[in-house]
Amino acid sequence: MSAELFSLAGKTALITGASGGIGAAIARALHHQGAAVALSGTRESALATLAAELGERAHVCPADLADPKAADALIAAAEAALGRIDILVNNAGLTRDGLALRMSDADWQTVLDVDLAAPFRLSRAALKFMLRRRSGRIVNIGSVVGSTGNPGQANYASAKAGLTGLTKALAQEVASRGITINLVAPGFVETAMTDALPEDQRKALAAKIPLGRLGRPEDIAAAVAYLASDEAAWVTGAILHVNGGMAML
Amino acid sequence: MSEVAEKVKKIVVEHLGVDEAKVTPEASFIDDLGADSLDTVELVMAFEEAFGVEIPEDAAEKITTVKDAVDYIEKQKAE
Repeated sequence: MSAELFSLAGKTALITGASGGIGAAIARALHHQGAAVALSGTRESALATLAAELGERAHVCPADLADPKAADALIAAAEAALGRIDILVNNAGLTRDGLALRMSDADWQTVLDVDLAAPFRLSRAALKFMLRRRSGRIVNIGSVVGSTGNPGQANYASAKAGLTGLTKALAQEVASRGITINLVAPGFVETAMTDALPEDQRKALAAKIPLGRLGRPEDIAAAVAYLASDEAAWVTGAILHVNGGMAML
Repeated sequence: MSEVAEKVKKIVVEHLGVDEAKVTPEASFIDDLGADSLDTVELVMAFEEAFGVEIPEDAAEKITTVKDAVDYIEKQKAE
């Protein structure tokens, strides 16, 4: 047994949305800690680039989680590639921002499907295997706006708040089997999503953060690595806010 | 004992870690064999896999004893 804290040597992890900023950082962190990783996402070339960067212990499992059938297929593909899934990180998500009064049903539904229904379906499929092995870790990536709300994000805030409920309900259902399910709720992190904001809005955002800066993907990845580790064995149904102090919940 | 009954018994013994003698046809998974609700779900999944049958949720809810499981699976296999 490794004397190193938070080691993931010998473990396997499936990370969805691994082609995005936060997802890639999570994949790098888990891989760095010793885990074999399956990288999922819609952009296969970006996943292949990341897998090449990581070298050994990295597999590419593309999936479009907007398709309800994709979840079962992805879990099967990752189980095949990794041998088993010890750690599932439900990170994939998208936004379709707009004021609620002008939000289409399609924009509501797409966000609920990918950001909430897909994590449910992936968890359901992965848990079948985890139950048999009497161990497993699921880490969901939520958002501070799931707790605070945010104008223009009725769909996204609802999905992320839903993910908190999903985390806590599932955590209670499977705790007796040694499986933990937790959620990391990032605040505003520098990614393609926040890069899209105008500069003055980005500055205004940073000014609201007691720790004085936007988050980095690595800030989120470190929290995930902790919750995925053996050292977090007694933590389940927890919401870990990583937001620079912007909302102290 | 039928082949299905033998196999069901084996799965129950393995999964719940109970003594074979306790796995009688009338034994209730929860009341007699110490299963919790998650165990019953896992047993149904194990039966589905072992026998290649599909047990929908409304049928699964009615399977509370060893005999219930055997009867349901034998009926499915006969169809």
